[in-house]
Amino acid sequence: MDQQPHQEVTTEDVPTKHELSELTHHAETEQVGSTVFDTRNISIYYGSFRAVTDVSLSIYENQITAFIGPSGCGKTTVLRTLNRMNDLIPTARVEGDVQYRGESLYAPHVSPVAVRRRIGMVFQKPNPFPKSIYENVAYGPRINGERKKARLDEIVERSLRQAALWDEVKNRLKSSGLSLSGGQAQRLCIARTLAVEPDVVLMDEPCSALDPIATGAIEDLMQEIKSRYTIVIVTHNMQQAARVSDRTAFYSVLRNEQSDVRTGVLVEYDLTERMFQNPRDPRTQAYVTGRMG
Amino acid sequence: MAVAPEHRKVDLREPPSWRSAKSRIATVLMVVAFVLVIVPLGFVLYTVISKGASIISGQFLTAPIPFNVAPANVGGMGPAVLGTILITALATVLAVPIGILAAIYINEYGGNRLLTRFIRFMADVMTGVPSIIMGLFIFAIWVIHFGYSGLAGAFALGCLMLPLIIRSSEEMLKLVPDALREASYALGASKARVTLTVVLPAALGGIVSGVLLAVARAAGETAPVLFTIFTVTAVNLNVFSGPNTTLAAQIFANASQPYVGAQARGWGAALTLVAIAFILMIAARLVTGRATQSPR
Repeated sequence: MDQQPHQEVTTEDVPTKHELSELTHHAETEQVGSTVFDTRNISIYYGSFRAVTDVSLSIYENQITAFIGPSGCGKTTVLRTLNRMNDLIPTARVEGDVQYRGESLYAPHVSPVAVRRRIGMVFQKPNPFPKSIYENVAYGPRINGERKKARLDEIVERSLRQAALWDEVKNRLKSSGLSLSGGQAQRLCIARTLAVEPDVVLMDEPCSALDPIATGAIEDLMQEIKSRYTIVIVTHNMQQAARVSDRTAFYSVLRNEQSDVRTGVLVEYDLTERMFQNPRDPRTQAYVTGRMG
Repeated sequence: MAVAPEHRKVDLREPPSWRSAKSRIATVLMVVAFVLVIVPLGFVLYTVISKGASIISGQFLTAPIPFNVAPANVGGMGPAVLGTILITALATVLAVPIGILAAIYINEYGGNRLLTRFIRFMADVMTGVPSIIMGLFIFAIWVIHFGYSGLAGAFALGCLMLPLIIRSSEEMLKLVPDALREASYALGASKARVTLTVVLPAALGGIVSGVLLAVARAAGETAPVLFTIFTVTAVNLNVFSGPNTTLAAQIFANASQPYVGAQARGWGAALTLVAIAFILMIAARLVTGRATQSPR
């Protein structure tokens, strides 16, 4: 695994005309690590339907990047191309290049299984396996060949601690993962993802099924683990994006007047602070102030 | 000081209407249908128990089948009980792996390929094949060349079980939520891992209960067995060669005799068979019940 930063990035790559004037300003306010993902004009199709078009963005190491936007704008679709989960949908197809740490994710020799071992995912609905809490967390290490009981015990405890769930479940590791409440189950799913020590954690609306307290717990957890992981989160909740993320990408829907075909586009991508306080695009402005979507 | 206002009168009763009448009529029809289903089952059970119960004993279940069928109150069904268990078990061993693998292929690997649709269609056709045809088929391709044997019987019963296992297992695999598959894929599991470690365990209860129902069905089959094991009265522990016997075959053989003793043994065999089927059904229920309860 290539852990070396291959590229030092101080500003967003390939600035558009608007951005050029602000470029110096960007460079002063921002210190970023290496680029984890780099997408160049990707379009994603389901059969002949183009769901998302022309998405270009860079995602940086140890940052939380949020994808926001109205329903149907393709933010989840983009997220799922980052660890090749869309491969599971037979008709899905990606055009353009997705670079992950300098490697092309969709190159013919790339194994989606190897990709997903490095790039984990937490889903919208908590989906623990119908196994014990312990077995849920140990599942990933096990399929990666870890057999030693002592080592597994250690990984399970560490992962559950990282997911802030250890104290609540340490006395009932043998009980079913399905016996947990929604918030606990989602933290179990996060622990399960962390157990394989991924490089990146993708989160697809991880709090949409949870109450505010459980949501708060997960948001705190994200802040705690971001020093070790790179996180990309899709959220419907703008306050959440504003609270947790370093950078925000706003997606919107482009509707073709004649054919009524809707296609998702990336409208704006910037530091979260700037996206919410001083967006460049009027559509972003309208969305973050609640006038649209 | 605030005074609570008088409540306006509200009528929360359902007003009489054609709709509520229809509802009542439908309920009555359903109860009638239920009774119509239950009554024949009740009569069958009553008849089998009342005619068979008197002869059933530990000795009946183990004693040899008398060679001379006429005398009453001698012998039992030992060889047939043994034969039923051995032949059905062998049929299960033959049919279950193929059936479950076929179901896994259809649901997990096949997608909408031609082969998938072909297997599913053939399984449906096979379900509709009369059991006697299955017996004749095995007779023609196996018994003619290798002679009667428990194995031939197991082939015929296995062919009958196969489509039932394929379709019931497929339904159970279909019930496994995709969210579980995705969770496993997202941890870097290969397709084989996902299937073996997540999908199969989640569907196992349902698959086992489907298999048990297929076993119960096969244990009671008569026609395919008559063509393939050549009903005898002696114990044959070697299922791979030589004629054998089962309870269903003995029911057929004894019931067609004019002697009271033989008929009594036939009823005894019938009750034994019903009891075996019943035990398997209850086992299936327990397994399914456990599988569906444990998640919560």
